[in-house]
Amino acid sequence: MTILSFTVLIALGSFLAGFLGALTGLGGGVVVVPLLALAFGVDIRYAIGASLVSVIATSSGAAAAYVREGYSNIRIGMFLEIATTIGAIVGAMIATHVTTNAIGIVFGLVLLYSAVLSGRPQPNVPVDDSPDRLATALKLNGTYPVANSLRAYTVHRVPLGFSLMFGAGTLSGLLGIGSGALKVIAMDQAMRIPFKVSTTTSNFMIGVTAAASAGIYLSRGYIDPGIAMPVMLGVLAGSLLGARVLVKARTKWLRLVFSAVIVVLGLEMIYNGFSGKL
Amino acid sequence: MSHLTLDDHRIEVIIGNLLRSGVLLAASVVLLGAVIYLARHAIEPADFHTFRGEAAALRTLPAIVKGVAHFHGKSIIQFGLLLLIATPIARVVFSVVGFAIEHDYLYVVITLIVLAVLLYSLVGSGVA
Repeated sequence: MTILSFTVLIALGSFLAGFLGALTGLGGGVVVVPLLALAFGVDIRYAIGASLVSVIATSSGAAAAYVREGYSNIRIGMFLEIATTIGAIVGAMIATHVTTNAIGIVFGLVLLYSAVLSGRPQPNVPVDDSPDRLATALKLNGTYPVANSLRAYTVHRVPLGFSLMFGAGTLSGLLGIGSGALKVIAMDQAMRIPFKVSTTTSNFMIGVTAAASAGIYLSRGYIDPGIAMPVMLGVLAGSLLGARVLVKARTKWLRLVFSAVIVVLGLEMIYNGFSGKL
Repeated sequence: MSHLTLDDHRIEVIIGNLLRSGVLLAASVVLLGAVIYLARHAIEPADFHTFRGEAAALRTLPAIVKGVAHFHGKSIIQFGLLLLIATPIARVVFSVVGFAIEHDYLYVVITLIVLAVLLYSLVGSGVA
């Protein structure tokens, strides 16, 4: 294969991944790495480096749209970023010390977990007005728009949420993904932040978290311009288009199909990891 | 409290727009590098199966800038990627200013901690 055809094929695949990732809310990064590693036989370290870069592009590119809606909570995001950025550095350090097959197995498990998660209905946060002392001290409680008014919410179990965020950051740094699904779990399940606030604040955090490990990947030579270029441009264009048509599309069956694809990719990553092919 | 959230929101909208411009700028630079890179290497065989690690010229900011000055396609792409990595860092810097304008010194400190971690990663890894 020539460099030209390789570049075009990867750009098309990344475009599709970004498009479906935005439509289903699962993010494009989770399928870019297996796509590159399994379909194109790219070394998984190059694949992770390229995916990490594309994650920053989609997070920063979508920030303006999310902010306009008024759901994201900058204080929650900033406070939890202390945990995710430190986690991301730890994850990137681990990545340079373990085998590519081990990374592939962990990646496969995270894929399976993301698919299971997306199959569940959005949990309803119970109305609970007892404020958490730490959350109040850190000014994490906020409001979000409903119909024509603002609804107040309180934040709970801050230490648990903070610890889970450290884990999400570590996985992000280790696997080059946004790990948005894990961030949402920490915020929505542990800290009981409303779903819309969790998802938009999570998007805000993904770029900053990825930037913390990107420097380490770059200096270790994991970011190859020949691979990162088509991946970044493809995922960015795909996710911008996906966000445009999101309003009109019926996403339920699409989520099912995309989840099925993720399960297959996850199993294949685990299989290849155990048989030493990555 | 209500005027405080409004200020938060206004600052966030400005930062959001700046970020989008940053991403578009980075993407344009990457695209320019891509054109030069493909014009020179399009018909060469692709080999990304084996990991070699990038050449030193593509690993650190001073080396990348040197390559950009010589119109190397790969260096220009890498420079665009560095611009992209800088956009979330710029967001954190702007947030420090935003919280300072609101006199929210607790969050000035929290945001500075995040910034310190990011700079530690870039400087500690030897990129910048």
